[in-house]
Amino acid sequence: MKRIQTLETRNLCESAKNGGCGECQTSCQSACKTSCGIANQQCEKKETK
Amino acid sequence: MVHQYKSAGLNIVLDTCSGSVHVVDDIAYELIQLYPQEKEEDIIRIMLDRHRERSGSGQEALTEEDIRECLQDIRELKSRGQLFTPDTFAPAADTFKERSGGVIKALCLHIAHTCNLNCSYCFASQGKYNGERSVMSYEVGKQALDFLIAHSGTRHNLEVDFFGGEPLMNWDVVKQLVRYARGIEKEHNKNFRFTLTTNGLLIDDDVIDFCNREMSNVVLSLDGRKQIHDRYRVDYAGCGSWERVVPKFQKFVKARQGRNYYIRGTFTHANPDFVKDIRCMLDLGFTELSMEPVVAGPDDPEALTAGDLEIVKQQYEELADLMRQRRKEGRPFTFYHYMIDLSGGPCIYKRISGCGSGTEYMAVTPWGDLYPCHQFVGESDYRLGDIWNGITNPGRQEEFRSCNVYSRPECADCWAKLWCSGGCAANAFHASGSIRGIYPPGCELFRKRIECAIALEAEKQL
Repeated sequence: MKRIQTLETRNLCESAKNGGCGECQTSCQSACKTSCGIANQQCEKKETK
Repeated sequence: MVHQYKSAGLNIVLDTCSGSVHVVDDIAYELIQLYPQEKEEDIIRIMLDRHRERSGSGQEALTEEDIRECLQDIRELKSRGQLFTPDTFAPAADTFKERSGGVIKALCLHIAHTCNLNCSYCFASQGKYNGERSVMSYEVGKQALDFLIAHSGTRHNLEVDFFGGEPLMNWDVVKQLVRYARGIEKEHNKNFRFTLTTNGLLIDDDVIDFCNREMSNVVLSLDGRKQIHDRYRVDYAGCGSWERVVPKFQKFVKARQGRNYYIRGTFTHANPDFVKDIRCMLDLGFTELSMEPVVAGPDDPEALTAGDLEIVKQQYEELADLMRQRRKEGRPFTFYHYMIDLSGGPCIYKRISGCGSGTEYMAVTPWGDLYPCHQFVGESDYRLGDIWNGITNPGRQEEFRSCNVYSRPECADCWAKLWCSGGCAANAFHASGSIRGIYPPGCELFRKRIECAIALEAEKQL
């Protein structure tokens, strides 16, 4: 596409089919402890990467 | 739902429900803005009119064919589910946490409700959580670990954070509990990930050696510049702690080979210009950084004001620029809230369910009481039960189970909802009286941070 570049992202609609294993880190536990935000969490399911 | 913004010379388009991120030129940026509101023939007329008005300003010639071509691309992205993706998650959102089936995977162990610092801005009232000073016994901690294993179902990775107060004031129990957990994890097919949050005063070689063997992460509290840190982080004699903790943190981090730690600061009304503190941390040799807005009531002197928020938002931009500059110089650093993995990040279940407080994640007091998270400890109405009898307040837990980004009415039209998951339940409770409320200043800052984080990531990918 001439005017639009689409970055490589995880498709959230697709992740509804294969996500939800629950092995990922608890959002608040590692560094902030005062604000939720799941954006910086890593998915632990290797096949999605 | 689509959000568009400009950052560091990029035009960025976010498609909320697919998670897609597009970087577009000026023409596509305008066309995407017009697309949902106008018919295609009107869009073409509007664009040609606008372009005619701007002619002579040195911009490229724009033809009807150019516009039609770009509109075709937009239609294609829409049909692929990467732009203007409808929100279809709401009906199932309430069931997402049920998938966890009552499993608990993380505990915050309040190993010490006491502290050797007397910071007036502490959300935990100097480690006491508005209660009595106490430390957790080995027996209580051991029962908490047994409770976690017993309730963790098939989850393999279990997280335990040693928190306080100051956990190093009960260091022997921390070590005993880690040894106990390591001794039983294999037979239960579990992997414990331990973390420790400390103010640093009691760090010594034993702490460093043990933590570097056993803790997957350590969080070291430092507010940045000496005068900023020592404003609040003082001992009971009123003496600042900066000069005592900085050399200990440097030694600790060096021994960890600079990995798996965070220097974690708090900024307040005294330093909304917190990038100066980030620069100080960098000058001290630290590269894994986290800096958080203070949790304070609106009448507290340290609380951020409306004026501060504007400064803080500018500071997030300045921080992103600093990261770009250092990246170019081959001296990159990490800022916790700008870490984002667009292709390997969380699935939709996580994005809707949020942090898991009160369901997958709980805090344990020195007496073995269970609370939804560390920030609810001391709110007696929020006591969920204890580590011997389990959940004895199922109604309260149900509130947390049924709370997700779609149960918060104010999140419905927010483009950032699947990045923040509705935000922190404790912040919402303290700001609105309900965990289904929101904390608007927190939302404003979150949106700014995620814009900066995505822009930084986009630059990497382009």
